[in-house]
Amino acid sequence: MESLTQTIQAVPLNHYILLSAIIFSIGVMGVLLRRNAIVIFMSVELMLNSVNLLLTAFSVYRGDAAGQVFVFFIMALAAAEVAVGLAIIVMIYRNTNSIDINVLNRLKW
Amino acid sequence: MSTFYFIAFLSIFFSILVISAKNPVHSILYLILTFFTFTIHYILMNAQFLAIVNFIVYMGAILVLFLYTLMLINLNKESEPVKPFMVKIAAVFGGGILAVALVSSLKSLGVSDPVVLKNPELGLVKNLGKVLFNEFLLPFEVSSVLLLSAMVGAVLLATKDPKEPKVTI
Repeated sequence: MESLTQTIQAVPLNHYILLSAIIFSIGVMGVLLRRNAIVIFMSVELMLNSVNLLLTAFSVYRGDAAGQVFVFFIMALAAAEVAVGLAIIVMIYRNTNSIDINVLNRLKW
Repeated sequence: MSTFYFIAFLSIFFSILVISAKNPVHSILYLILTFFTFTIHYILMNAQFLAIVNFIVYMGAILVLFLYTLMLINLNKESEPVKPFMVKIAAVFGGGILAVALVSSLKSLGVSDPVVLKNPELGLVKNLGKVLFNEFLLPFEVSSVLLLSAMVGAVLLATKDPKEPKVTI
């Protein structure tokens, strides 16, 4: 494990921010691009995970354990969100026989 | 050092595949691979607790929940909705604009120091447990209430209304 953590020593913090920004943008693109409700949900998970990675990188950079505890809370929150969201999707599918979000476009008004 | 760049390339590659795969099941499988690369990132930063939790909770629980829901919903080929081409272009353009804005604001940061793990004990369970049960005890207990309410809400939403007339087979 010691040799493994030595490999990270030279990576600049900016590259972690860059990676997280790119993955977050891919998640935003997925939300805008797809009409399948489950895939949109997965893109939201992708965004949450990029934020988790960045929080961990900052926590290691600052030597502060609070950032990793925040990641733990975000994971608990994501689990609750997925349970409720998938229940809502199942209910929508039962009522409309589709998970196309354009079926629900009256929610806009 | 090059390990990080290889894994970072893999995460970006698989996350692009997640949003571009036609079949939602393939999308979920690519998402599992993406989360696996995230686990490797955590291991590289010696955040062992987060690596294990990410592996068990995300790859083991949340994505299996996604797969189960997808199997319950029984999608057909023709039910996969397709957006018009112009909307797709606009979506990619919007996401690209966001990425460019974030990256260009990163430029103004100037030089960045390398991420150095000063305290190798930082991400271990012992250290994180001490922080979690001293400073963050109240949020920890509140999150258990949150999980309980989410469970009750999910069961309430997903069960059928018994007063409705039966329309199932």
